[in-house]
Amino acid sequence: MTEHQPTPAVRMIGIVKRFPGVVANDHVDFEALPGEVHSLLGENGAGKSTLMNILSGLYTPDEGEIYLFGRPVVLRSPRDAITHGIGMVHQHFMLVEMHTVAENMVLGLNKPRFILNLREIEREVEQLSAQYGLHVDPRARIWQLSVGEQQRVEILKMLYRGARILILDEPTAVLTPQEVDDLFATLRKMTTEGKTIIFISHKLEEVMAISDRITVLRGGKVVATVRKAETSPAELAKMMVGREVLFRVEKEEREPGEVVLEVSGLCANNDKGLPALKNVSFTIREGEILGVAGVAGNGQRELAEVLTGLRKATAGTVTVLECDVTNCSPRKIIGEKVGHVPEDRLGMGLVPNLPVSDNVIMKTYKERPISAGPFLNGGAIGRFARRLVEQFNIATPSVQTPVRLLSGGNLQKTLLAREISISPRLMIAMHPTRGLDVGATEAVRRLLLEQRKQGAALLLISEDLDELLELADRILVLYEGEVQGIVPAKDADVGAIGLMMAGVKPGAPAATETERRPA
Amino acid sequence: MRIRLERRLKPSRAAGVLVPLISLILALAFGGLILLATGANPIVTYKAMAVGAFGGKYAISETLVKAIPLILCGLGVAVAFRMRFWNIGAEGQLAMGGFAAAWVALFLPGLLPNLPLKWLLPLMILAGMLAGALWGLIPALLRAFVGVNEVITTLMMNYIAILWIEYLFYGPWRDPKGYGFPGTAPFPQEGWLPRYPGTRVHLGLVFAIAAAIILWLVLTRTRWGYEVRVIGENPRAARYAGISLWRNFLLVMLVSGALAGLAGVGEVAGISHRLQKGLTVGYGYTAIIVAWMGQLNPWGVVLVGILLAGLLVGGDQIQITMRLPAAVALVLQGAILFFMLGGVLFNQYRLRVDWGLRRRPVRPTLPAEGGES
Repeated sequence: MTEHQPTPAVRMIGIVKRFPGVVANDHVDFEALPGEVHSLLGENGAGKSTLMNILSGLYTPDEGEIYLFGRPVVLRSPRDAITHGIGMVHQHFMLVEMHTVAENMVLGLNKPRFILNLREIEREVEQLSAQYGLHVDPRARIWQLSVGEQQRVEILKMLYRGARILILDEPTAVLTPQEVDDLFATLRKMTTEGKTIIFISHKLEEVMAISDRITVLRGGKVVATVRKAETSPAELAKMMVGREVLFRVEKEEREPGEVVLEVSGLCANNDKGLPALKNVSFTIREGEILGVAGVAGNGQRELAEVLTGLRKATAGTVTVLECDVTNCSPRKIIGEKVGHVPEDRLGMGLVPNLPVSDNVIMKTYKERPISAGPFLNGGAIGRFARRLVEQFNIATPSVQTPVRLLSGGNLQKTLLAREISISPRLMIAMHPTRGLDVGATEAVRRLLLEQRKQGAALLLISEDLDELLELADRILVLYEGEVQGIVPAKDADVGAIGLMMAGVKPGAPAATETERRPA
Repeated sequence: MRIRLERRLKPSRAAGVLVPLISLILALAFGGLILLATGANPIVTYKAMAVGAFGGKYAISETLVKAIPLILCGLGVAVAFRMRFWNIGAEGQLAMGGFAAAWVALFLPGLLPNLPLKWLLPLMILAGMLAGALWGLIPALLRAFVGVNEVITTLMMNYIAILWIEYLFYGPWRDPKGYGFPGTAPFPQEGWLPRYPGTRVHLGLVFAIAAAIILWLVLTRTRWGYEVRVIGENPRAARYAGISLWRNFLLVMLVSGALAGLAGVGEVAGISHRLQKGLTVGYGYTAIIVAWMGQLNPWGVVLVGILLAGLLVGGDQIQITMRLPAAVALVLQGAILFFMLGGVLFNQYRLRVDWGLRRRPVRPTLPAEGGES
């Protein structure tokens, strides 16, 4: 074969990685050229992260070979990968919060043998950040930085360590639309200098925006590698899921009914005791979905927790159907038929080691027929669980199976089934589709819309603007614990919402007039 | 060849049985080495221990006598551990149970002369359980409302309880007619737990078995058992589901302490018939091993309780028959726990051995750099 293209920066051949019970990578071939942005696209569990964890030395493959710039390599540890010029920016940042940016740069390096000349490192960092447009103060401590800035630090760290191949695992999940644009500009700049960018994502638009080539994974196997210019989002989606996807879930018009949730002047602190919610006020009516947009860490979690009794409000009131539930116990609020889909499914919403049946009765175990007096009714629990499994199409071997063994989508369906089983008047859902594949996402969205149709009020907290635009009737934007504005989702301007997410208050939007209350 | 640990998809049932069993065997082997080092023949010694513990009616009855406090304390520890409340204070709760029962037996008839004496024993049992429960409640309150680590408090309160009863039977409660022996006067006969004729096995055995049955029913069939399960597995989920953590900490420690307190009642009212030195010989600590080896399951606790009681009795026997220190039994106990804790890993993980044969990749279909064909 004649060489009419440059030696690939990365070439992985026949990679196999088995985990107990699954083949995460099944003879995967992958290559990326110098100076290209190569996207790895696939649903969750398709094997993207596994493949890149192999490339970054976290996992060793069971079979297969890796070539870097034409030379075979064995990567036994992340340190091996770094010395070979491979840097990975994980979804969860690997930074020391109390240290400065410059100090984080040299952490784990052997470079300054004895004397740490921070000034010099700071200069080098400044130079790098100017070169790539990654603006960040090298003297700032990590905890002072926003999530977007921390990501820049991670990228800088990899560049500082001489990465020629940069892997980014779902980098846009934590960014505002503007920050995404900045990131993409940086990435393009890096490719012009011959660096290789591997971009892991399951968001089609972004992949189409940034990539030169795209490799689609499904079920641990490569479906295809295509040039961006020669494909379309529809084709990619089809390759990802193996069938045509409904991009829009049908949402019917519905007049909102009476007010279900009224939040007024709500304030609360975060875990560090600092104000996380500042004077938040809004209402949700029957059959209405209020979406909450915002970059992660702007008070969304605290809002969900205060509304469900898991966190104390420091001021303000929460009223559900004219009943004041401010600072009531979770039990009492559940009794007011408030459903809650928490962001951390396995950590909070479910008990991983307990069977499906024990998990679906978590909210109803004190009611007949699940229990009679102090005793549980095993037969009734089994029937109840089997009914939910059938009704919500939960794929599980049996209701006795520990939920830990279910897939992400089925976990979420189990959780939703339980929350819906209490016939909620108000449902608080945080990131209900995060990490789910397209099929499960669609199912979850349908369930939420079905609740809206039934007349429940829904508070939908999501980082996925497209999801909010699709499902919500109105969108509330949170920034640093404050309501930046509430806009109707219909004909909403994504750019305007993006600006609000970044902290810019809208000028004088008529739409929010009715929502504002005097403090 | 490479040996790796792999996470199991589900906890292995076989491991649940095999780990305690293999730990026992390894502990015996380990103890055997120590016996060899002291110049004893391990096989002869173990045989003597087995005969001493289970060979014959007397041996079995003595084993059961020791199994009673081990099972009761073990059940108490197990129920607390299920909620991940690390109660290592069964020893102190047992001591307080014995103290309260002794107080009722020695002083209540004097205070209430009209009390029918048939009420004495039930009142002793009630008082002992209540005292154990309250002693257990203190660390639970500290944990629930001030956030104090219960491992420290339950342990420290053991010393308080033990020193308190020692003070009593060395001091103000000492029997003036006891020739200086550290112990109170004997209880009135009405305060004795009935025994199986010809042995020292007392009614406490029935209490222990009944407690195991009730506890098993409570844990598997009731709302409270469900709450314990959810809290033990995921406290955050429990809070989210509206299950009160502090309320359950208090409840579980009341139950746990009451069971240990009942064990104390059994010891004073069933065996010594007085409060005396030798009440706190470590049943409360051994109970931790019992609970853990029994996988926190009430039936497992009963089984392991009898087994470890046999080990103690067998240890006493070799002291008499072979002039070896009874501490051999304690060494074995420690070794069992040691190997058990190591073995727990295999509930979650399995070993995989790669012999290095499958490592060669299948020849890729893409031509390699050299282009040789």
